[in-house]
Amino acid sequence: MYVLDTLLHRLRRGCETMRWPEGPAPSLPDRHGGALRLDPARCADGCTACVPVCPTEAITRPGPAPARLDLGRCVFCGECVRACPTGALRHTGDARLAARRREDLVLGGTDGAETVRLAGALEEKLRRLFGRSLRLRQVSAGGCNACEADTNVLGTIGWDLGRFGIQFVASPRHADGLLITGPVSEGMELALRKTWEAVPEPRLVIAVGACAIAGGPFVGHPQVRNGAAAVVPVDLFIPGCPPHPLTILDGLLRLLGRLETPAAGA
Amino acid sequence: MNAADAFRPLSNASAVPWAEVPERPIETLVDATATALEAGARLCAWFGVPEGDAVRVVAVLARDAENALAVARSRPVRGAYPALTLRQTQAHLFERELWEQHGLEPRGHPWLKPVRRARDGAPVQGPFFQVEGPEVHEVGVGPVHAGIIEPGHFRFQCAGEEVLHLEIALGYQHRGVEEALTGGPHRATWAQIETVAGDTTLGHATAHALVLEALAGSEAPLRAQWLRALALELERLANHTGDLGALANDVAFQPTSAACGKIRGDFLNLTALVCGNRFGRGLVRAGGCRHDLEPDRLAQLRERLETALAEVERAAGWLWDAALARARFEQVGVVSPAQAVEIGLVGVAARACGLVRDARFDQPCGWSRLAQLPVAVWPGGDVLARARVRALEIQHSGGYLREQLAQGPDDAVRAEPGSPAPEHLAVALVEGWRGEICHVALTGADGRFRRYKIVDPSFHNWTGLALALRGTAISDFPICNKSFNLSYCGFDL
Repeated sequence: MYVLDTLLHRLRRGCETMRWPEGPAPSLPDRHGGALRLDPARCADGCTACVPVCPTEAITRPGPAPARLDLGRCVFCGECVRACPTGALRHTGDARLAARRREDLVLGGTDGAETVRLAGALEEKLRRLFGRSLRLRQVSAGGCNACEADTNVLGTIGWDLGRFGIQFVASPRHADGLLITGPVSEGMELALRKTWEAVPEPRLVIAVGACAIAGGPFVGHPQVRNGAAAVVPVDLFIPGCPPHPLTILDGLLRLLGRLETPAAGA
Repeated sequence: MNAADAFRPLSNASAVPWAEVPERPIETLVDATATALEAGARLCAWFGVPEGDAVRVVAVLARDAENALAVARSRPVRGAYPALTLRQTQAHLFERELWEQHGLEPRGHPWLKPVRRARDGAPVQGPFFQVEGPEVHEVGVGPVHAGIIEPGHFRFQCAGEEVLHLEIALGYQHRGVEEALTGGPHRATWAQIETVAGDTTLGHATAHALVLEALAGSEAPLRAQWLRALALELERLANHTGDLGALANDVAFQPTSAACGKIRGDFLNLTALVCGNRFGRGLVRAGGCRHDLEPDRLAQLRERLETALAEVERAAGWLWDAALARARFEQVGVVSPAQAVEIGLVGVAARACGLVRDARFDQPCGWSRLAQLPVAVWPGGDVLARARVRALEIQHSGGYLREQLAQGPDDAVRAEPGSPAPEHLAVALVEGWRGEICHVALTGADGRFRRYKIVDPSFHNWTGLALALRGTAISDFPICNKSFNLSYCGFDL
């Protein structure tokens, strides 16, 4: 009786797709914490409590300048927030994290901002090309299957990526760009390069997760290239380990200029 | 000397002084291991420990009937030794790995090729097995696949639609995990352990915590063991639900596919409710857990769990009801029980061949000593059996969580574990959602890791997928692959 049952189920449940971005964003789990904020003014003189607890050496403080936090490297474990005695490092609860330039993910230090400088939209020509129809090829290059899974989830009924005209395709020839996960293992370097070359120009590259941005937990290993940018030019960086699906979707929509209002998790 | 004397027994999640691990000439170790495996033991790990310019081989066996593990090591070896694979097929990848990692040649190994070493931007794969004949053609798939999936290369030898042989070549995901763990624990160690296989974060993290605690001669507080057991079942629920949905999707059965895709996310969100991260990152640490399950949170977890369990039960029911879906799974991708034993299958794939093989039951440690769940077994060895085992485990894990959430121990959730003892060997087996996860750590005189060996269940099971394809139509590869759903990075490390 599955035919009747599935039909009834569908009728009763109605549309299960979230209303965001028109409606409210799904809330992040309370222990997730979202993005990080670094308030350099609160960095106590000589304090380096946050530096040794960071698993990926995302935080440095070599001199008297305030601590410097690279959210591209960050795996969002929150150990630095726990260690910080002055509250200079805090969770913001904001899911939005994607940036267009690598340096926009760097907080504090001498010239860094307090929070991530969120990605702006593509320039007009590309936006006209991709804004309402973006086909992506996904390449996992040493990814652990968590970024992959939380990218995949965007295709489920709850998120329904297709409603934005974004779709993952089975061939680079059909794609407008790549979505890359993983630190780029040496074993995947050639395949990644070939896949990128097979995508017709103009093409976009989106690096998802700490690994694809900067090598993540594997940064510095001789077996990895410390992120996608070592092999191909990257247009959008989406931090996280893995990024929450909302963070990924926010990044994609931001890039396409489809988020005029700062809604996601704010 | 009989085979029993050659090994030092130990229980799961415990440590022995390295000096007490029996030392044999390599020929004796090979012979004793083969004899023990012939008598029904399983090979959990077979790896090298460098010593000067030589290598010691360590064997870790599981004697499931006795609920015990057994370890032994060889005297330092150089050059070559008689291959264990010649007597025990389940050793074939372990010996390839040993050869690749330490240059120790298993003499007589029938297919000695690299496992995951890369050169010039791609894994070094060597020649592929080829079937010759006028009607035979070869199909290569990957490394980049048609979806959001990790990379691997599949080389099929086909006669028409029928697959005569499949060779699976991995290594694309190799990130140097074991090498990096040597000399640790380092500051990045936990982050690396949690991403060995990202969908099995809790399984690998639990194994690592157990190894650290065993080395320190301590145990996490009961509440932490309880919470880890709950989290492990949540991980199982999420992944099994996702797999049922993916199987349904591959036979174009949308109702179950659409529902399970969402419910899987609901289970991941339950893990996130516990620790903030959908994959359980940051929850398990040596000495316990980093978060507790306070009464409010527990109540919320129970409520949301009930909804998700009811929904997945219903969505799975549609799949079994629909003859058009069921018929696509039956008698497809069959692995026989004899093959499963021979190649040492573990986890869901083994239980779908009718083997009662589950580390939670056979090698209980942590909370599974105190509270057990029934082993889910289904005969047949086909795609349907692997789907059925998953559905059964969803029911069992759900029941277990219901029961356990009603009453947990109320001690602390974390205690100081102590430091790892020097020159000890510790072994931990954890039944992750795919199957048995094995972590083996050997400490040096400084108490740091001299060698850290990780065996993901996928290491045992990829061979099972290759065998499942024999005699199967190549068009059924996607459902066969989904029915195993093995880890690429867990294998590649």
